[in-house]
Amino acid sequence: MLKQILILITLLLFASPSWAIEINDQQLSEKIQPLTQKKLKQVSKAIDELSQYQHSRIQPILEALLNNNLYYLRSDKEVIITEKIDDKYFAINAISSSDIGEVSKSSIKKIKTNNKIRKNLRTILAKLSLSDSNVDSRLIAAKNLRKNPSAEATSLLEEAVISEKDEEVKRVMVEALNIIKALDSNLEESKRVEAIYKLNDSLSTDARNALTTLSSKTADGDFTHPEAVALAAEKVSKSIAGNVNLYSYVETAFFGLSMGSVLLLAAIGLAITFGVMGVINMAHGEMIMIGAYTTYVMQLIMPNLITMSIWVAIPAAFLVAGMVGILMERLVIRHLYGRPLETLLATFGISLILQQLVRTIFSPLNKEVITPEFMAGSLQINEALSLTYNRLYIIVFALIVFFAVLYIMKKTTLGLQVRAVTQNREMAKAMGINTDRIDMITFGLGSGLAGIAGVALSQLSNVGPNLGQAYIVDSFMVVVFGGVGNLWGTFIAAFVLGELNKFIEPVYGAVLAKVLILIFIILFIQKRPRGLFPQKGRDAEG
Amino acid sequence: MNTAQTHSLEKTSPPKRQPLVMRLLDKDPGGKITISLLILIGIYVSIANLLIPEDSVFHITAYGVTLLGKYISFALLALSLDLVWGYLGVLSLGHGAFFALGGYAMGMYLMRQIGDRGVYGNPELPDFMVFLNYQELPWFWLGFDNFLFAALMIVLIPGLLAFVFGWLAFRSRVTGVYLSIITQALTFALMLAFFRNDMGLGGNNGLTDFKDILGFNLQSDTTRVGLFLTSIIMLILGYLVSRAIILSKLGRVVTAIRDSESRVRFIGYRVEHFKLFVFVVAAIMAGIAGALYVPQVGIINPAVFSPLFSIELIIWVAIGGRGTLYGAIIGAFIVSYSKTYFTGAWPEAWLYALGALFVLVTLFLPKGVAGLKAQFKENKFLKTLTFKKAN
Repeated sequence: MLKQILILITLLLFASPSWAIEINDQQLSEKIQPLTQKKLKQVSKAIDELSQYQHSRIQPILEALLNNNLYYLRSDKEVIITEKIDDKYFAINAISSSDIGEVSKSSIKKIKTNNKIRKNLRTILAKLSLSDSNVDSRLIAAKNLRKNPSAEATSLLEEAVISEKDEEVKRVMVEALNIIKALDSNLEESKRVEAIYKLNDSLSTDARNALTTLSSKTADGDFTHPEAVALAAEKVSKSIAGNVNLYSYVETAFFGLSMGSVLLLAAIGLAITFGVMGVINMAHGEMIMIGAYTTYVMQLIMPNLITMSIWVAIPAAFLVAGMVGILMERLVIRHLYGRPLETLLATFGISLILQQLVRTIFSPLNKEVITPEFMAGSLQINEALSLTYNRLYIIVFALIVFFAVLYIMKKTTLGLQVRAVTQNREMAKAMGINTDRIDMITFGLGSGLAGIAGVALSQLSNVGPNLGQAYIVDSFMVVVFGGVGNLWGTFIAAFVLGELNKFIEPVYGAVLAKVLILIFIILFIQKRPRGLFPQKGRDAEG
Repeated sequence: MNTAQTHSLEKTSPPKRQPLVMRLLDKDPGGKITISLLILIGIYVSIANLLIPEDSVFHITAYGVTLLGKYISFALLALSLDLVWGYLGVLSLGHGAFFALGGYAMGMYLMRQIGDRGVYGNPELPDFMVFLNYQELPWFWLGFDNFLFAALMIVLIPGLLAFVFGWLAFRSRVTGVYLSIITQALTFALMLAFFRNDMGLGGNNGLTDFKDILGFNLQSDTTRVGLFLTSIIMLILGYLVSRAIILSKLGRVVTAIRDSESRVRFIGYRVEHFKLFVFVVAAIMAGIAGALYVPQVGIINPAVFSPLFSIELIIWVAIGGRGTLYGAIIGAFIVSYSKTYFTGAWPEAWLYALGALFVLVTLFLPKGVAGLKAQFKENKFLKTLTFKKAN
């Protein structure tokens, strides 16, 4: 029965080159009246008829029917589209879409459908949307057809391809067409094989599913489809799998890069305080946390300007965390220079106090930081590969921060003085450098950088009192692995560890990957106790 | 790190006829007092719990005994850390790992003792394994039905880990902060691993619901007192062993390594061997402490591996005064008791208090409680109070 209907449609399509006849509201209202009849056959017929006309409301009506939202009023058989909110029905007129308001459940009757009708509806809707003026709707329609390939759609796809202007939509349409042809057992084998080879460049799961079906074997090892077709499908399937595999590696590498940049951001402040000054700041994680909370507070201050608040949060977090860092340095760390283990303990105490302080002020619960619009969504490279914008931005951000720090350390007077103090404190003092001031500024800089990292991390995860703890061990690993006192070492170590982690993860799972990385670093430190790029020279043996 | 450790280099050559214990405690008044106190506490608590009637003010409840037992096992742990930190100069941020491993070994034995009395009543598998659909006991659980085997493992597993880790680390001359950080990585990695259900050790929940040890019911007062007394005896033994090590020739070399490692190496000592020996002994002591802790507290879970716990026990030693041994015991008692008090009376304040302890002790009490007297004597206390640079 369905087949007949479809053949009818197809015939009608060919009969009228511009297949839709435009009708006005009055005519449409007549055409949809049969829908209110009880017999499904009548309904089905009415739908088929509807699909031959062109009217802006036909598509919404059919969609409503498909979603079981199409009703009619028992009183005068007025067809309505309803929306159910909290057990109340709100209706609009199906044709004029004028608001009818709330209707009682007893006064309306649903227009019933069955599976056959719904399937038919889908095809009709697909056809309608293939000629939609909106590119996105056309794309969705084409993808739908690709997902549910049926030979009946061939002609309407072929037609749509010709008039299609958008490259992406056209590509999907052609792909759908090829899938349909490849699956069509009524077609000649040579044509099917040709269609299969044309699928070579596609990456969609739909194409791969179709090819898998084609190359499947029975329990006895025979192909379920003609041999030529099956062999071609097998060959193309393999080549596609290769491509998809390649892209999944690219994706993993991208995840690794993004994790690496997170590590870099978290560790760069530590690379300065620990690497350059030799101060073990166990409260470093809490500086990151402070940065993240600053972002949260900024969003509270300007709830309507989320994008703006992020830009304001970056300098704000730098300042807040930097000030806390300077305060720490002045009050505690200053008295412990030259006693690294004691510094470790004191700063750990500070980290506990800061965590508890945040719990007291903001509650121990996690806070959510809203992601600004420009960071939402993803960059679709192709069907097998899409890169999320927030990760992309974090990679870029981490690079900017890194090179800014590198510039400060290598090209500015401050950097020169910091390096001088690092290499030989006494000599630097003798040359007239105020080491006390340099210590303070360096520590402030390191802490401020941690604050900036907090802004970035707040975009990736929830903000909570334990945020810093999650990163402190990782940051230390990065700095130690890269070689203390070497910014480039930190840079390379961050990305190496990020990539390693992400490539081990799919094999052993996230937790075990982390454990393996830690073991790797522990063993690596045995081999090279001073990291990848150790400081050279006499003072390095301190 | 020079001021805190100078007075541990006492003179040797004790008078020959003194018994071994007196020889070990010679010129160690703090140790003498601590051990005497421990013995007194042991005697008093057993009497107060078992013989004094419950309505008397002098009665100590079962909870009190368990709590004190927990402190004692912590004290043993702190003692072992002092050996590593105070005398070897290695600030281990992962010492809790050895404690936890010993605890897990004991926990596994206690799990096997439950037999078919678990919730699922499976005689072959512990409850959590039934829950996680294990078909048979994992291989590393074999043998833990036997107490002697378990006891061996309590010593062997932490010892072996310390040996391998220490051998690698000391041989390649990883020192100072680097060593601290990789010890932290070690315990962090272990924590992550033990949190996994696939590990076959109870995952997140750890091992718990223990019924009895060596046939004695863990809930009965006599067993609790027995465990408490065992803990005290082990603590005293641990103290004497540590003293013996420190007073021996080997101990002197170890202290010398702490104060100037390269110099000792240049003289011709194999520095790494000495360090390794002390490190392994300390790890074994920590493992035993863990094994004493588990039956008294009734649970062991991966949280004991957390870096936070390992750092917390450093403050025990720091506050008590490192490099004195008895200071570590005092510190463990003080901090653990305050923790019990604060978390009960004023939970939010505990982290503030702990944090403040870390800062204040490092700034003003570099020698801890045990060094207070000396600090006053040297009049350094006032100097540090006025924020003069410590060096």
